Amino acid sequence: MAVNVQTPPDSMYRSTEGLGVWEHKGKVAAVGIGVSPTARRWDESPETSVGAWTILAIRNAMEDAGVSPEEVDGIVLTPDTSTGVSWPKDRPIPESFVETFNLTDDPLDGIVKLSIEWILKNMPELTNIKFAMHAPTCMSNAIVVGAQAVGDGMTQTCLVVRGWHNLAGRYYVGQGAAGMDTIAGPAGITSGHGVPACGTTAMMFQEYCHKYGKNHDMMANFVITEKRNGLLLPEGYWAQHRPENLTVEDYLAARWIAKPANLYDNDLPICVSAAFVFTTAERAKDMKQKPVYILNHTRTTPKHRGAVQTLDDWQEAADETGRKLYEGAGIKNTDLSFENMYDGFTEFHQFHLEGLRFAGVGRGEALDFYQTDISLEGPNPVSPSGGNAGGGRTRFWLHYDSIQQLQGRAGARQIRKKAEIGVSGAFFPDFNYSTIWSATPD
Amino acid sequence: MPKQSPIPGDIDKPFWDACNREVLVVQNCKSCDRMQHPPKEKCGGCSSSDNLEWREMSGKGTISTYIVVHDTPVTILQAEQPFNVAVVKLDEDPGITMLSHLPGTAVDAVPIGAKVQVEFETTPATGQKVPEWRVVG
Repeated sequence: MAVNVQTPPDSMYRSTEGLGVWEHKGKVAAVGIGVSPTARRWDESPETSVGAWTILAIRNAMEDAGVSPEEVDGIVLTPDTSTGVSWPKDRPIPESFVETFNLTDDPLDGIVKLSIEWILKNMPELTNIKFAMHAPTCMSNAIVVGAQAVGDGMTQTCLVVRGWHNLAGRYYVGQGAAGMDTIAGPAGITSGHGVPACGTTAMMFQEYCHKYGKNHDMMANFVITEKRNGLLLPEGYWAQHRPENLTVEDYLAARWIAKPANLYDNDLPICVSAAFVFTTAERAKDMKQKPVYILNHTRTTPKHRGAVQTLDDWQEAADETGRKLYEGAGIKNTDLSFENMYDGFTEFHQFHLEGLRFAGVGRGEALDFYQTDISLEGPNPVSPSGGNAGGGRTRFWLHYDSIQQLQGRAGARQIRKKAEIGVSGAFFPDFNYSTIWSATPD
Repeated sequence: MPKQSPIPGDIDKPFWDACNREVLVVQNCKSCDRMQHPPKEKCGGCSSSDNLEWREMSGKGTISTYIVVHDTPVTILQAEQPFNVAVVKLDEDPGITMLSHLPGTAVDAVPIGAKVQVEFETTPATGQKVPEWRVVG
């Protein structure tokens, strides 16, 4: 019988302040993680398609958790797998892909997008799925939905899944409307000026620097720290394919994409998939891995009224996210052992960090904080995952690392202080899904 | 600069028609006295679609920030690189922002905080006029 794939209702999200402590605080746990290999671009073989690698990631996650496929009764998937390059119009699907997999009605499913239907058609071992949701845009969304679903009893053992493809071509450059001499819809107002993907972030960063008397050079230590941490992530793209150290000189000499955002302030689109296994805290007690408990999750959505956000919009939203996270988890900023908020683009990060008041850092103070010891060895580890900058564009290394840190199995990336509570979330300061993770349920 | 020509849709046609008359208008909700741009089907504040109107602006604003684009995704603009893109906050409501290439301002010499005045530029593909902004004073 076909599974009914649902869309998460608003009631599954914790979007406002004043909700109190999350009703399922400490009652949901991450117990398994799995990833695929990485590649810069798809080589068009079926074995490396986003569909194939997502199957691999799911199998790795189940093995990591020590759960059998028939024990899994739920799946939350982010169906978007795009990294900014479209499948060429009228280009046929590779015959080898058609011959290898069971297709859905959409011939691009499993290549440049992914549905739960495609996964279930190609993973016959998942015989017991009763709950299925597509959580768009970001694995951070799927994590929030998966946590709430397990807490609400909609599923006992749930897969949380995200895959990425990357085709030949430049990131958004000349793609779709960008390659035309006309432009329709709201994009006529917001995109006609030729702002690249990092442009809005660079605008906010410029305004931030102007207001607080900071400059782009002050980002160097943060970006270098992220690259270093990323090279200690064996699952990441840079560690696997381009183990290159970044120096201050490299960073400062990099070409501008949208000044004040340079090449290293942007992330590298890659092919990779990840899957996590969530279950109830009760069940997690006896499982293979040390459980990582979810203390709270939040959603923050844009409220701006203009063509682009303002600095005020982002700072107010980041503050709101911080307050909601702490309220629902029943913790304070000083309880965080580390933070793994989003970095792709790097100039997002200081807004998240200040909104959380991580290490007591307030508005306008993050770039000064970046000049202190923010390493894995130091008292205030920042982005120990290396984020998108250090591991490639996924929006999930931050969560993956948070789980590993709290299980004590982050290897060379393990922070030296005791990892007790961490936070991760993506993406924009005013549009994000964030989670508080803990080594203990309370 | 040779911008893409916007194709007006049902919702934003009054905005683009006003541009062709060299008048700057912004969508406003009469119910909650809230402006929004780009125009939408419903008010983002009260979700009403019955109380939306078009309010004429003075065409005055302030530069709040800017970037210099060196790697644009828009093909028609690639020959113009590098170029400025500034954010303009309208005098009537600083929450309403618009983008500008700032004609007349040298690349990377954008005066944050400067006053600007709207003008209208004709786009090559269809002749549709679009708002642009020039530093004044």
